[in-house]
Amino acid sequence: MTRRVYVPTAHHVVSPIAVETCDWHSALARWAIGLILTAFSLVFSGSLVAQTQEINDRYDKLAHELRCLVCQNQSLAESDADLAKDLKKEVRSLITQGKNDEEIKTYLKTRYGDFILYKPPMQANTWVLWLGPFAALGVGAIVGIIFLRKRTSAPPNSPASPRPMSAQDQAELEERLK
Amino acid sequence: MKLKFALPLIGFVALCGVLYVGLSLNPREIPSALIGKPAPAFSLPVLGNPSQALTTEKWRGKVWVLNVWASWCVSCKDEHPLFVELSKAGSIAHFVGLNYKDNPAAAQKWLTELGNPYTVSIIDADGRVGIDYGVYGVPETFVMDRKGLVRYKHVGPVTRKAWNEKIAPLIASLEKEA
Repeated sequence: MTRRVYVPTAHHVVSPIAVETCDWHSALARWAIGLILTAFSLVFSGSLVAQTQEINDRYDKLAHELRCLVCQNQSLAESDADLAKDLKKEVRSLITQGKNDEEIKTYLKTRYGDFILYKPPMQANTWVLWLGPFAALGVGAIVGIIFLRKRTSAPPNSPASPRPMSAQDQAELEERLK
Repeated sequence: MKLKFALPLIGFVALCGVLYVGLSLNPREIPSALIGKPAPAFSLPVLGNPSQALTTEKWRGKVWVLNVWASWCVSCKDEHPLFVELSKAGSIAHFVGLNYKDNPAAAQKWLTELGNPYTVSIIDADGRVGIDYGVYGVPETFVMDRKGLVRYKHVGPVTRKAWNEKIAPLIASLEKEA
């Protein structure tokens, strides 16, 4: 024990610990209390670590789902812009305040609009955006099918299905093949 | 048969039309989510007199303009002469400067050197009020009506054209509203 080092403060005079250190069983008791406290703090810090981990995971996920308004092709997580840093700080503080992901997104949406969401929501003004590619694909497929159908069922005098041989030609062909 | 040849041409012209409109849009201009909604309340220290706090309440029943500026902002220097001119002419009755993430001393120096067009400037040191207003770049300018609703947001420096064609007519019509 190194508690006996003389520290010239007014405090040491009234400190009960300084008096008790001479006692061997109280030293043992203090050692036991210390052990228990250490165990407690380990358990507590374990749960604290788990909690911090959960906050970090949520923060990471949100920062990737939110768009930086300054560098518009980057998420908040990727961006180093000052505003992105501020918004990330804001997101983290909202998480620690106990807001859920949806509440945090709404919080930012009321300030910055849908633009803040990297994945645009499905609503009337984004239907073209969401369904346009599928519509284009559908139109392409229909045009392709019509085109192919026309080719396979082409009229008899098209090169795809040659005119049937006349009886004379047929006879000549058979003659030559003999 | 004629339609078959005309179709690609029609498609091409339609595509040109879509691209012409699409490419002339400015993706940097994000529409404000606050239009028609109440101006976010704040209580911020006054620049030059930080012991005094100013709240949104002060402009209840008035048409007021909020301009986000900073001494570090280059584009703010661009629009500043116009504001000085307008305030001298008495064209902006209630003109609030939101000094965004700035050094108060530098901000005051900036105003003494370039002129102070603001009725009052308030200090948003950490940019929190900026986030509430959906500020994503400086300068930005907001127009609020008598009911305290945000009616217009201008992103980037206010040009004489923007002032004459949009902001000034809007303020005039808002002044007439009950």
